[in-house]
Amino acid sequence: MSPENGKHLPESDATGLNLKETELTLRLPGEIRGDIEIKAKSGTKRGFSQIIDLNHDRSSDVDHEHDDRGCDKLENETLAIKPPAAKAQVVGWPPVRGFRKNAMKSFKFVKVAVDGAPFLRKLDLELYSSYQELLCAFDNMFSCLTICNYLNEKKLMDTANGVEYVPTYEDKDGDWMLVGDVPWKMFVESCKRLRLMKSSEAIGLGNLLFRAWGYIPCLIYMSFTI
Amino acid sequence: MNYFPDEVLEHVFDFLTSHRDRNAVSLVCSLWYRVERFSRQRVFIGNCYAISPEKLITRFPGLKSLTLKGKPHFADFNLVPYDWGGYVQPWIEALAKSRIGLEELRLKRMVVSDDSLELLSRSFANFKTLVLVSCEGFTTDGLAAIAANCRFLRELDLQENEIDDHSGHWLSCFPDSCTSLTSLNFACLKGEINLASLERLVARSPNLRSLRLNRAVPLETLQKILMRAPLLVDLGTGSYVHDPDSETYNKLKTTILKCKSIRNLSGFLEVAPRCLPAIFPICLNLTSLNLSYAAGIHGSELIKLIRHCAKLQRLWILDCIGDKGLEVVASTCNELQELRVFPSDPFGVGHDAVTENGLVAISIGCPKLHSLLYFCQQMTNAALITVARNCPNFIRFRLCILDPTRPDPVTMKPLDDGFGAIVQSCKLLRRLSLSGLLTDQVFLYIGMYAEQLEMLSVAFAGDSDKGMLYVLNGCKKLRKLEIRDCPFGNMALLSDVGKYETMRSLWMSSCEVTLWGCKTLAKVMPRLNVEIINEHDQMEICAEDGQRVEKMYLYRTLVGPRKDAPEFVWNL
Repeated sequence: MSPENGKHLPESDATGLNLKETELTLRLPGEIRGDIEIKAKSGTKRGFSQIIDLNHDRSSDVDHEHDDRGCDKLENETLAIKPPAAKAQVVGWPPVRGFRKNAMKSFKFVKVAVDGAPFLRKLDLELYSSYQELLCAFDNMFSCLTICNYLNEKKLMDTANGVEYVPTYEDKDGDWMLVGDVPWKMFVESCKRLRLMKSSEAIGLGNLLFRAWGYIPCLIYMSFTI
Repeated sequence: MNYFPDEVLEHVFDFLTSHRDRNAVSLVCSLWYRVERFSRQRVFIGNCYAISPEKLITRFPGLKSLTLKGKPHFADFNLVPYDWGGYVQPWIEALAKSRIGLEELRLKRMVVSDDSLELLSRSFANFKTLVLVSCEGFTTDGLAAIAANCRFLRELDLQENEIDDHSGHWLSCFPDSCTSLTSLNFACLKGEINLASLERLVARSPNLRSLRLNRAVPLETLQKILMRAPLLVDLGTGSYVHDPDSETYNKLKTTILKCKSIRNLSGFLEVAPRCLPAIFPICLNLTSLNLSYAAGIHGSELIKLIRHCAKLQRLWILDCIGDKGLEVVASTCNELQELRVFPSDPFGVGHDAVTENGLVAISIGCPKLHSLLYFCQQMTNAALITVARNCPNFIRFRLCILDPTRPDPVTMKPLDDGFGAIVQSCKLLRRLSLSGLLTDQVFLYIGMYAEQLEMLSVAFAGDSDKGMLYVLNGCKKLRKLEIRDCPFGNMALLSDVGKYETMRSLWMSSCEVTLWGCKTLAKVMPRLNVEIINEHDQMEICAEDGQRVEKMYLYRTLVGPRKDAPEFVWNL
């Protein structure tokens, strides 16, 4: 059985945070995102349900232009299972002073290196609530990379030359780890930097018990080929 | 009283400390008006656009202490665009040109520039107190000017301002001769601080009673500072992180034992919960505790801490304390008067969020409670009715259900009856914020019972114009009304136009009011400024009168339309 994308993750759904809502996007005003859970209010003409606003919360040096290329399918797949906790965000609600809201936000910017790329990028891990979303972020941030389905696995590939990239990270102890083994939150806490490694460099790892994209006690056999 | 010389009248008026009393006195007769105005030293201006600095200076030549408020309250929640206004510069310029010996300036929601601060620092030899709350537009360079030039500065209090941090050197700008500080609060600064300067400043400020540090001040420095200032009454820690087995931490524990005067504690902007035991010995003396920025302290540790705080009168906390934690508060803090529970996760579901159960527990254990701000997952009518019965002394009751149109989850009914019970029972209620599913009925209750109500905040509530009418007709003491996303329209707006001259201001956004309604009101009431905020170019100058107005803010004024309004603000 192949591990699904994020949708069965008990841990990533635990908070039900749809942190994508806080991302800076270039959508037109008024455009409604497909994956917003809308709660209807009866009685008033313009209810809470009809007020959607994009939250341009903070700028970052990360390019957040999200066309729906790679992500739509994934988002729609996760939509069905996500608990109805992802609320539409209304400007000025809840009525918490801007200063306080900003103070309560946590940032976790980490460097992201891609083998062969001339410079590094930075990502705020707090923006994402699952490995799924992180994968999406890589897809969007690095234009050469796309998420591809391969044997029910989601993999990052450079479609131009068929090279596959394996996400790894350096943890607090300074060790380089494969992304995806531990619960999302634990990963965010321990991750110091990310490296998308060409899978060809992983030659010699041989038969790898690979838990792809999720904290699921489930085994997939992957062999790296040149 | 007419037979008394002016000095006697003046002496009698000296006993009147509240602005309202002095305002009332000045209306009695022209003699009293004259005596009062020459002897008045403190003036409070709730809306900086209601009056001009020139008129202020003319009327009160003895002015020493000025409080000014700028932007409407909803500006706190990003509903008012940047550049809307509220500039303090013209006030400081006018005061500087005059012979006013300004000593205290308190500003809220105003735009303050570095130039303003520089001018302020150079213009008033006896300047003592600067308090900035929720202001923006300045940097640490402005603070440096204040530090350098105000020779007798006593209070520098910065609360929740957006300050551009250029460097930590501003602290070093306090001259060595400055020894008069009693209160220093820079908790809202985000940048680094020159720690050595801070320590030296504290060392030469024997009268320092209130000190609130920012995140950049580590625990080692806190310990050194407390050694120098054992008489502190109000302490805000910065970063409270260390190894609890270290010598530094042990030194802190000993030092804190000497700080027997601390009554207010806040901060913990960064915190290692294992270091909290150091403060347990002073917890018993605390009357005020603000942990609303201490995101690093989780439910069980919060509870452990609170068990030590039996004398608390004011508590600001995050909702991660949970209902269980509030039960502990209720059983421990029987003297509690003010409680604020903030959402630790303003955008998420908030698994730790509190519910009606926590509030009911508080109402049972804390009968002296009079001020409440409560962000919660849900609320029931039954709970509100119980709370109303247990705590009839509420002056401020602000309830914010995170889903603003949520009904009573048990009965699925609106929360009209619950809030109705609150206004009926709490006869001294002055401020009320509503949320949850609400119909016109709740406004009927408010109009009928909330006789002392001065400020009402409404969002996503009501069914028709009747709702707003009930409030306008019923609440005789209403001063500020702010409404968003309610189906109130022109009929309600125009029903009693004279009412608005008895109020400070009215805010309506995303309601049913149209341009025609606003224009009509403006025409009929020349002493109101009726402003439309038009952000999205939806309206042209020749816009149709039938078009709905997105944001309207009106206020009474003696000085006509303001001249500093930006393009997107139209004064009708």
